[in-house]
Amino acid sequence: MSEIHRRGLLGAVAAAPLAGALPYRPARAQAANTIRIGLLTDFSGPFRDLNGPNSIAATRLAIQEFGNRGFNVEMVQADHQNRPDVGVNIARQWFDRDNVDMVLNLAASSVALAVSELARERNKVAIATSTATSDLTGRACNANTIHWVYDTYMLAKVSGLATVRAGGQSWFFITADYAFGHALERDTANFVRQAGGRVLGQVRHPFPGTTDFSSFIVQAQASRAQVIGLANAGADTINSIKQIGEFGVTRRGVRVASLLLFITDVHALGLQTAQGLVCANTYYWDLNDRTRRVAQRVLQLSGADMPVAMSHAGDYSATLHYLKAVADMGVAAAKASGRDVVARMKRMPTSDDAFGEGTIREDGRKMHPAYLCEVKRPEESRGRFDYYKVLQTVSAEEAFRPLSEGACPMVRS
Amino acid sequence: MDEIFGIPAPLLFGQLLLGLINGAFYALLSLGLAVIFGMLNVINFTHGAQFMMGAFVAWMLLNWAGLGYWWALLVAPLVVGLTGVIIEKTMISRLYKLDHLYGLLLTFGVGLVIEGVFRNEFGSSGMPYRIPAELQGSWDLGFMFMPIYRGWVVIVAIVACLATWLVIEKTKIGSYLRAATENPALVQAFGINVPRMMTLTYGAGVALAAFAGVLAAPIYSVNPQMGANLIIIVFAVVVIGGMGSILGSVVTGFTLGVIEGLTKVFWPEASSTVIFVVMAIVLLTRPAGLFGRA
Repeated sequence: MSEIHRRGLLGAVAAAPLAGALPYRPARAQAANTIRIGLLTDFSGPFRDLNGPNSIAATRLAIQEFGNRGFNVEMVQADHQNRPDVGVNIARQWFDRDNVDMVLNLAASSVALAVSELARERNKVAIATSTATSDLTGRACNANTIHWVYDTYMLAKVSGLATVRAGGQSWFFITADYAFGHALERDTANFVRQAGGRVLGQVRHPFPGTTDFSSFIVQAQASRAQVIGLANAGADTINSIKQIGEFGVTRRGVRVASLLLFITDVHALGLQTAQGLVCANTYYWDLNDRTRRVAQRVLQLSGADMPVAMSHAGDYSATLHYLKAVADMGVAAAKASGRDVVARMKRMPTSDDAFGEGTIREDGRKMHPAYLCEVKRPEESRGRFDYYKVLQTVSAEEAFRPLSEGACPMVRS
Repeated sequence: MDEIFGIPAPLLFGQLLLGLINGAFYALLSLGLAVIFGMLNVINFTHGAQFMMGAFVAWMLLNWAGLGYWWALLVAPLVVGLTGVIIEKTMISRLYKLDHLYGLLLTFGVGLVIEGVFRNEFGSSGMPYRIPAELQGSWDLGFMFMPIYRGWVVIVAIVACLATWLVIEKTKIGSYLRAATENPALVQAFGINVPRMMTLTYGAGVALAAFAGVLAAPIYSVNPQMGANLIIIVFAVVVIGGMGSILGSVVTGFTLGVIEGLTKVFWPEASSTVIFVVMAIVLLTRPAGLFGRA
């Protein structure tokens, strides 16, 4: 709201003399042999921790590991402050002036939808790694966009359905009053009803700007629902969970379904408050040796005291696969058409330490397994960021929306 | 008696009570703002950041010095108040002769810088802070479960508001303060150090914000934006109550908390807007605010 455009400002100050007096653009021959990746995300607002410094490090890690295979790779970054207008302006400048070939991360659904459309117009590549809305591979899909990591459908199915199966039959939703919250509530409610459960009510809280959730919690209690479904994110989820604990709701047998919970949120809540919560992830740093290695190297590069979240892993994985596709088809062809790069990425199987083996579907959905995790009790946690135990592994086909149900115009039925 | 406007009565009582609790925060914060504005004629936009600093100092005391909540209630306002004194001495005091707008811009900028520094250091999702053991649990009031901590917040806020009012209205220092607000030059002529009084007033206003921050730490997410979210509402409260009016800010704080609480039942989507609707209506009918002097 009142965030100053800090990075943008710094960038503008730094770029102004370069763009004017000095020839900023690298020599033509060199530019033609350089792939530029633009990391566009939230560096200062509520989603900074699940993107921010660790995203820079993860992208850099992928570039480092990819090495030099006959072309240079550069990274630029900017803060879109979760505002679509700001995000589109930066992306436009990157595409039109700064020779950026691929924009990465995108975060907030509203920004991702807008930038994805711009990438289509300019025939560049957009890869959303921290975005929730499943519309990105549904109604709003296009041939220049890939959606990595997670989406609202997966969250609703994996964590929502698990809660119903565990005996949570009647639900009350506390929902952030904007596109993302509505989508998450809708998707989850569908699964609840399919599984034979009931939705007793919902309350939509203003976004942003809600700090106190006590009123909504009391309304949820009054509905006598067995489950309070939180269809919000970031600080809203943290405040909701903190205050649900304060009102002792869970002590009276009511479950909390935090539909979108990042490990960075758990870090902020502390295990004492977050213990027992169930959430869906596609990457957890402590799954195996490979995932541990990614997390360790990202933290080495970023120096941040912040766990590596699935969004960070997505930046690493997406950058690596993108660069492989570029190497495969040649830099000149890759720079000429983002659509061709995305097509090539879809044809190649993905393989990396963060998500293991996977594929990219026709509608732009990156397919990988999902994990249903439970937050550990404080006494179960053995070390730094040891927060989750994995309850269940869900295959990609089961976790993500079937191709035929997405209404993506690119998919021929 | 079972239902009022289609809402079960117990639920409605619960909401009234919760509204009152939120109102306690509004009252505490707007009180600090009103004190500062009344004395310094500065609209302190750093207030939200100082509220946040109070919560963070509480966190630091716990994690770095092992001092718990009760110490934090005492120490955090002192520490943050001291930073306020430094800000007043080095920056704000230079702007008294200029238009209000300069003070507003300066404090707004300082607030952004402080928030930026905290965000860089601690990230944006926040820090855990627990309710002190003595205040955990809840009372069964029949119509709702009332967390003990929330009850504590209301009582403390009312005591703090009363104490501030007493100091300003009933003590010698308070009378100097009020006199200096009316006519600084004359008060200075009587040998009272007005600049120092202004510095201390700013420090005290800031300390009140930090005090509210410590109270908020166990129930709200302790993050760098926590003040930015509240401060806009609190400014509306101050405007509705009448700029600089102490009684006005306290009464309006509690009242608007209740109005907001009721909106959350009848029309939750509008709950963040309702305060500004009230503000617009008050400004149209009583431009000086409900308790302000035109």
